[in-house]
Amino acid sequence: MLTVTPLHIIFYIFAAIAISSGIAVVTAQNPIRSVLSLVVTFFAMAVIWMMLQAEFLSLVLLLVYVGAVMTLFLFVVMMLNSDREAKYGGFVHYLPWGILILLLMTGLIIVALFPNYFTLMMYSSEANSALPVQSNLERIGTLLYTDYVYPFEIAGVILLAAIIAAITLAHRDPRRRKVQDPAKQSLARREDNVRLVKMPAENPIKRGDNDANAH
Amino acid sequence: MDNFLSVLVLSVVLLPLLGALIAGLLGKKMGVLVTHRITVTLVGVAFLISIYLFQQMIINQHPNVNHLFYTWAVGGSFQFDIGILLDRLSVVMITVVLFVSLMVHIYTIGYMAGDPGYQRFFSYVSLFTFAMLVLVLANNFLLLFFGWEGVGLVSYLLIGFWFERESAITGSLKAFLANRVGDVGFILAIAAILTYFGSINYPDVFRQVPSVLDKTISIIPGYDVSVISVICLLLFIGAMAKSAQVPLHVWLPESMEGPTPISALIHAATMVTAGIYMVARMSPLFEYSETVLSTILIIGGTTAFFMGLLAITQFDIKRVIAYSTLSQLGYMAVALGASAYDAAIFHLITHAFFKALLFLAAGSVIIALHHEQDMRNMGGLAKILPITYGTFLIGSLALSAIPPFSGFFSKDIIIEAVQLSHVYGASYAYYCVLFGAFLTPLYIFRALFMTFHQNPRYHNDSHHPVKESPWTICLPLIALAIPSIFVGQILISPMLFTQTKILGNSIFVLPQHNVISEIANEYHGAELMALTAGKSLTFWLGMGGIITAWLCIAMYPAWAQFFKTRFSFIYAILLRKYGFDEFNQVILVQGTQNAGHLCYDVSDVKMIDGALVNGSGRLIRWFAAAARRLQTGYIYHYALIMVIAIVALLAWYVGGF
Amino acid sequence: MPTLTEFLILAAILFGLGIAGIIINRKNLIVLLMSLELILLSVNTNFVAFSHFLKNEIGQVFVFFILTVAASEAAIGLAILVVLYRKLNTIDVQSLDALKG
Repeated sequence: MLTVTPLHIIFYIFAAIAISSGIAVVTAQNPIRSVLSLVVTFFAMAVIWMMLQAEFLSLVLLLVYVGAVMTLFLFVVMMLNSDREAKYGGFVHYLPWGILILLLMTGLIIVALFPNYFTLMMYSSEANSALPVQSNLERIGTLLYTDYVYPFEIAGVILLAAIIAAITLAHRDPRRRKVQDPAKQSLARREDNVRLVKMPAENPIKRGDNDANAH
Repeated sequence: MDNFLSVLVLSVVLLPLLGALIAGLLGKKMGVLVTHRITVTLVGVAFLISIYLFQQMIINQHPNVNHLFYTWAVGGSFQFDIGILLDRLSVVMITVVLFVSLMVHIYTIGYMAGDPGYQRFFSYVSLFTFAMLVLVLANNFLLLFFGWEGVGLVSYLLIGFWFERESAITGSLKAFLANRVGDVGFILAIAAILTYFGSINYPDVFRQVPSVLDKTISIIPGYDVSVISVICLLLFIGAMAKSAQVPLHVWLPESMEGPTPISALIHAATMVTAGIYMVARMSPLFEYSETVLSTILIIGGTTAFFMGLLAITQFDIKRVIAYSTLSQLGYMAVALGASAYDAAIFHLITHAFFKALLFLAAGSVIIALHHEQDMRNMGGLAKILPITYGTFLIGSLALSAIPPFSGFFSKDIIIEAVQLSHVYGASYAYYCVLFGAFLTPLYIFRALFMTFHQNPRYHNDSHHPVKESPWTICLPLIALAIPSIFVGQILISPMLFTQTKILGNSIFVLPQHNVISEIANEYHGAELMALTAGKSLTFWLGMGGIITAWLCIAMYPAWAQFFKTRFSFIYAILLRKYGFDEFNQVILVQGTQNAGHLCYDVSDVKMIDGALVNGSGRLIRWFAAAARRLQTGYIYHYALIMVIAIVALLAWYVGGF
Repeated sequence: MPTLTEFLILAAILFGLGIAGIIINRKNLIVLLMSLELILLSVNTNFVAFSHFLKNEIGQVFVFFILTVAASEAAIGLAILVVLYRKLNTIDVQSLDALKG
């Protein structure tokens, strides 16, 4: 059972990297460090996925996830000013709870994975000694465009919706800014903007006073 | 003939009611003259009819008339109807009631002249006459109770007649409430009678008495008492309140707040005697319960003696006569207890005349002195008010049982009857009434001497000179004085000592209790009885009372002062009227108020409002405040709770369902 | 080749880390979003592992879709974050208590 193959060693090394950078994501003070640790986590998991012979997906993980989503995260982190000093408060207070939950959750899942509940031991890797005929990409592509073409299209629609939503949400009304429009300025006329109104006087001046003081 | 008589009886009852309605509803429009003419005429006509009925029933010996007018309600086997029983007892009573009522109506014309409530007063007095007649003439317990309540109601209305005076209001309330206490016993008695006899008509009940004799009822578990005793005791409780026996006597002195005519009518002659009448009417029931007869003797004797003691210390002339009424009611109750029902009714009749006379004469004095009631401010009125003085003297002599006035015959018979009775408590009652015979002339002649003799102490100004009252007042005085002198002599033989007595078979006496027949062995005629009065102890006690009063009040007032200081402790007790009023005030009134406060402050405010109503609101609000702390608004708290729930679910799954 | 259990345990640990990150993070909304990404990553790992050991590609197809959705959700989440920052001038999670009871 405990035959340690090179694959094992690779697995453990990259698993350790993934877990430690995962911890770093959660506990880092600097949000930039957090994002970069997540990137490292993704890299490690991509290697593990490669080991599981899901080449397409591991590369997609790197290209799409790390390349696009994490970059987006970095953009946003650098755009927003988050105070460094206010970050530290309360962390130590809640750490025990977090550890407790982590242990509970993980421990339960691990208990669930023991052989009495899951007959996992029978899932060995002998089947993979023979490499399949088609490559992973071809197989996924076949599945995607034949059996799962409908969800595929809907995934596209979801992405469209996400684009529209994100743009609409973050869009700022340009009319908030005060700009000058020279074309409009030159087209202005006096008649549109000024109007004379005739009104009776508040205190009528007597004829006599005015004549005595006139010129 | 029966139908004719029953129509007459109906008219006797309804004529005063008609007078009351006319005076009450139309009195203001018609004016004082027309009002009093109508009401006096109607009561006068009723009185004349009653004279005719008296002649028919007593002199012509017409058999009893039991007529059903109207069935009020029928429920299962019970039937409540409106009917009259015209027998010898009731016809005697209605004659007396109507005579005194007529006298009071005439008297009121002079007494209440100028009072703004003149018409209202006539309406009330006629209404009272109606209610009293219903009470006397009823042939079933329910109608009796109707009349009972009616007289209580009108008494309340009349005592509080001058309702702007606070003392009048409290007095009327006290009278009504004390009567109510007795009514509780009365209603329970009616219920018991209905249960055990199956009917509330007099003939049915009296016929079935022998069959109910053996039945017992256990009020306290394990202790059986005879049903008859229970019924009679409850009936007597009602009579105690109405006829003002100790301890339910407290309302009678307060009732003197009402005008004097009603004191004469209601609280001397008629309403307070309703209890005595009722016990005499129920003699077939009471005869079979020696326990209750003993109770009546003891209570009656106590009332007779101790109330007489109180009358000696009063200074208000009306209060003296009120306590005298209480004492005389005690005499009547003692006669009932000794099974001498005829003697009790006889004394009721004579007492009605001379007590009404005394009250009306006192009213005449009060009017003449312009509403002065305190005897310490009177004196020397004998020459100025001759007719009043003469009639008051006659009434006093009758009350003191001096022969040949009427009171002598009735009171003497009572004392002899009690002496001969063998029921337990008879000897105690005998000594009470015997010494009461000394006290009675003492207080009444004290009142007479203080009011009419000695030197004038009253305020005499020329604007309102003190002179004799008008004829509307003096006529009833004279009209009442005549029976006070003669009716005793006339009625004693027919009432008590002939083969068929006046009251005949209305009264039922068991042979072993029949003390009257024992007295009859020694009776040889009214004149002889009056002439040989010197042989009886009571006569000398009476004379002793008069002489003592004359000495202490008229001749040597210093002796009265001496007694007051030597016996100051007893005097203090007498002044406080034995503490009955304080007892009632502290225990009953304050107790009820405290119970009410308890119910309100503790139970209502604190428990129901505070704990239940407000408390449930507060509980919900507290709970909501506590639950609100779950809603922090922070996402990570919500996420935590979700995670905890998932962990729990997972643990449950992993641990096996 | 490690057994399926070890892959799943790794995914579980990452999942727990993600949850812990959501709960103990009070200072930065962006870290919250990144913890979400961690959770999604662990789930994806689960799928890929099962797909490999059950010799079925459906798992990977599903990962594909999860990636799509996760990406769009991250984009929209960040857009909301930007709008929120314009309003509140802070991205402190503790200032988002408008739903406080």
